[in-house]
Amino acid sequence: MEGLIGRKIGMTQIYDDQGRRISVTVLEAGPCPVVQVKTPDTDGYVAAQLGFDEYKAAEYTKNEKACAQAQAEREKAEKKGKPARSYDIAAYTKRLSKAQVLHFEKAGVKPCKVTREFALDADEAVKAGDTVTVDIFKDVKFVDVSGITKGRGFAGVIRRYRIGGGAHTHGGHSKHRIGSIGARDLPGWVEKGKRMPGHMGAVNRKARNLAVVQVRNEDNLLLVRGSVPGPKGGVVIIRKALKK
Amino acid sequence: MIAKAIDMINAEQIKKVTEVKAAPEFQVGDSVKVFVRIKEGDKERVQAFVGTVIARDGGLGNNATFTVRRIAFGVGVEKVFPLYSPYIDKVEVERSAKVRRAKLYYLRNLTGKKARLREG
Repeated sequence: MEGLIGRKIGMTQIYDDQGRRISVTVLEAGPCPVVQVKTPDTDGYVAAQLGFDEYKAAEYTKNEKACAQAQAEREKAEKKGKPARSYDIAAYTKRLSKAQVLHFEKAGVKPCKVTREFALDADEAVKAGDTVTVDIFKDVKFVDVSGITKGRGFAGVIRRYRIGGGAHTHGGHSKHRIGSIGARDLPGWVEKGKRMPGHMGAVNRKARNLAVVQVRNEDNLLLVRGSVPGPKGGVVIIRKALKK
Repeated sequence: MIAKAIDMINAEQIKKVTEVKAAPEFQVGDSVKVFVRIKEGDKERVQAFVGTVIARDGGLGNNATFTVRRIAFGVGVEKVFPLYSPYIDKVEVERSAKVRRAKLYYLRNLTGKKARLREG
């Protein structure tokens, strides 16, 4: 498996085997159920769709209408001689459409909030319903971690592009401003891509080649060296490093 | 789950270090001798840094540090040590002083006789 889905928990420091203090990001990595396997016959390529972060099952037993609906459905399925569902669909249909729930049910997997496709290793055989754990990073030295960065709203150029800004002394009057955006008659327009204030953050970013410090199977934790995009609790995609 | 995992890792780190040797005990204002193991190539030796503890940060947590200040050749030198660093052999308290602040940063602006602390 190429990687899996996880969650950023936060950062701390640990001492490595040489006693050096290194800063690490703690990631909750998986376990991710395989929701669907893409095959050349049906999809034209090979991949596994993994899920992460299960939906909470709704308590609908007090809702008579929902109970009756669920019961009617079960009877209808029985009449048609269809095999029984691996779990109660009605617990999720308030949040998701029935088709969406059944996509997961088909694999015997509880509906997940996040799904993502990952390439398979050569000669790797997976089937829907399997679980992928952080164990896949056991012998991996480096990983790429992508996530959605913290939103910064409408930011000025100093924050957004780290330009120097104007002079604070010598009578400076544009300390935090962009300054000139171009010449006058030649070329007579503002260059394309001129760095200006605007919306910053809340975009997908990838931190590449982060060293794997620790893989903790029992807690589903992965410790990587350095920082990772996004807030604490943000969903991250962890893949084996592409360029190492 | 989220906060617990970090706490667990921090506690594990502290335990790993304190199993080998207990965490050093001293207070702000103490004159201490910090024995630091230094690696030079294959050889390892212990070097002592003598000075006054002017600050402690991070409580007793995994990320805790302390700052030691001394005047070396007329120049103020400050070193920040991680409290649980495996490189710190031991910390000897040579003298204690009565101080009324948690951070003795005011010592940076004082020299000579004024930079003394009241013994206690």
